[in-house]
Amino acid sequence: MAAAVRASLMITCLGDVFFPEVGVAMVRLLRRLGVEVDFPEGQTCCGLPLFNSGYHHDAARVAARTVKLFERAEHVVVPSGSCAWMVKIEYPGLLKHDPALHAVAESLARRTRELSQFIVEVLGIAKIESSFEGKVTYHDSCHLLRGLGESASPRTLLRGVAGVELVELPGADECCGFGGSFSVRLPEVSTSILDKKLANVESTGARCLVACDAGCLMQMGGGLTRRGSTVKAVHLAQVLAGEVEG
Amino acid sequence: MSDAALRTPFPQRAGAALKDAFLQEALTIATTKFIDLRKEAFAGFPQGEALRDRARAIKEATLQHLHVHLERLADNVERLGGHVHWATTAEEAREMVLRICRDRGVRMAVKSKSMATEEIDLNEALEHAGVVPVETDLGEYIIQLAREKPSHIIAPAIHKTKGQVAELFSRELGGEFPADPEVLTAVARRALREKFLQADMGITGANFAVADTGTVVLVTNEGNGRMVTSLPRIHVALMGVEKVIPSMSDLVVFLAILARSATGQKLSSYTTLVRGPRRAGELEGPEEFHLILLDNGRSRQIASTLREALYCLRCGACLNVCPVYRQIGGHAYGYTYPGPIGILLTAMLKGNESVRDLAHASSLCGACKDVCPVRIDIPRMLVELREHLDREKIAPWTERVAFKTLGRLLRSPAAFRLSAAAARWLQKPFVREGRLRALPLVFGKWTRTRDLPPVAARTFRERWEELR
Repeated sequence: MAAAVRASLMITCLGDVFFPEVGVAMVRLLRRLGVEVDFPEGQTCCGLPLFNSGYHHDAARVAARTVKLFERAEHVVVPSGSCAWMVKIEYPGLLKHDPALHAVAESLARRTRELSQFIVEVLGIAKIESSFEGKVTYHDSCHLLRGLGESASPRTLLRGVAGVELVELPGADECCGFGGSFSVRLPEVSTSILDKKLANVESTGARCLVACDAGCLMQMGGGLTRRGSTVKAVHLAQVLAGEVEG
Repeated sequence: MSDAALRTPFPQRAGAALKDAFLQEALTIATTKFIDLRKEAFAGFPQGEALRDRARAIKEATLQHLHVHLERLADNVERLGGHVHWATTAEEAREMVLRICRDRGVRMAVKSKSMATEEIDLNEALEHAGVVPVETDLGEYIIQLAREKPSHIIAPAIHKTKGQVAELFSRELGGEFPADPEVLTAVARRALREKFLQADMGITGANFAVADTGTVVLVTNEGNGRMVTSLPRIHVALMGVEKVIPSMSDLVVFLAILARSATGQKLSSYTTLVRGPRRAGELEGPEEFHLILLDNGRSRQIASTLREALYCLRCGACLNVCPVYRQIGGHAYGYTYPGPIGILLTAMLKGNESVRDLAHASSLCGACKDVCPVRIDIPRMLVELREHLDREKIAPWTERVAFKTLGRLLRSPAAFRLSAAAARWLQKPFVREGRLRALPLVFGKWTRTRDLPPVAARTFRERWEELR
């Protein structure tokens, strides 16, 4: 038998603090798929909030410690497309002034994947046994879709779950209005974009809105509960692990 | 926008736009239509992707030797009997037009749509000097009658509903016109016909200028561009220096993607090629042709952060797909060029100070980059622009302190853990039914319209021990 795939979990700041249940679902799911999961405890955040607001020097310092922390990881799995994008696309550039660190960053970029990509590309799995019944719809988060060019893997995995009926979300590829600090710098514009998104979500008749990014889930989930919607915003890992409550 | 209007901070201008029901209706209809048309145009055009790469490469290469191409263009225009003027600033460009008006006794100028003339506020200058400017593009004509500025690069009156246009025409032109685009177009056409015949000068921009041949290229849809360049006795074309392209074979590449990106057309209805004034034996065309090459801050960006913004073809595709533009429209941005590319162009033309807030008017969703015919990486440039705002201390000091503090916190796992624990304790009085619904301070900006999940009773790292 081939040696088990080993993966280090990059939980992300939002995942750690606001959505620990997503991380738990992810660990259980990956173990069920035969992955040996570890969690480097010194991790905090990928630095994307600093980077996006223009604080690149500070972002680089966060990147430097993160690449060292994950230096020995066989694979790195991330529950958020935006954080995976940060590591894969921006880390090497941020650390280009230090040749040694830059090399480590380049290597980390190659070994890092967002969860759905990891399952489909690395594990080669497209169908997962899970216990979920009902209609779901999927929102493409911007960084996963346009940043990493991924739209198929999450949909493939959702369709693979026996009880899931996947309904396409009108305007699935349009931004939810989160955009990190954008959501509080221009809260009214951010909410206005969100309202459009949620109207589309409700038009699908789905029970769950699935996404692969903690930022989008915070924005869309926060909007859904505020308007008293019955639609629940959940992470892909929760559906695949059969851990959607209610 | 006037200086007084700009004194209203950007978030308030955006907020007002969100409350404008007419604007919202008009924007949704128009941008959705543009998006669908563009998508369709490229879906049936498999070579489009390769042409976009080629177009980008041409822009890149041309900027490497911009002056060589510009001088070649100038030589060729002069050889054809045209006059070439080099304007370093907007003021110089305005003065050049006014001097021609004075010298030649110009009383009225008809104009075809040109963002470059908007950029230098040419209409105001002409009026001030006693020359009547008449916009002849339907959209521009509408906003000129309404005494407004364009709110979209290719659809200047995109913010107006047909009902509003009918009202405007009825009031300004005298009559009782229905909200029927066909009727309104006929009304405008009738009013403009007279002006074409009266005008002494035609003013245009330029979509491209071909260095090899001295050809100024206009891409239009209404036929007014042809009238402007052929009826009046003087034609003045004003173009940003970055619009020069080396050869006619390059032009073919750009024409194949420009209209597809802008309106979803294979080609626009009219592609007008102007080569100098009327020559002996020709039946139409102006007696005099002037080309004004406008720098206005462009060339100093060739080796700088905003370089890629100089590739822009002004197709407007990035506006149509931008979630922010689609919500607030063009006027809220406050400057000549709106939307994501407009933020970059504003920084280029007006300096970084002017985009302190605007640089953040993007969720960085990347839709703009996806549709840009020359693949300008707008999100990346916005992030780089933000970096400059930090470095040049243009960003508010409170913000800089907050982000530096965040940076320190994210470098220390202990501090990170401690902050989460502190937040968990501080949030206690605000948790309702497992959610945060009303928070004070900056957090209120979130909770006014959205719930926030509370810091978990046990964070993931606190649960990891039992998962091991």
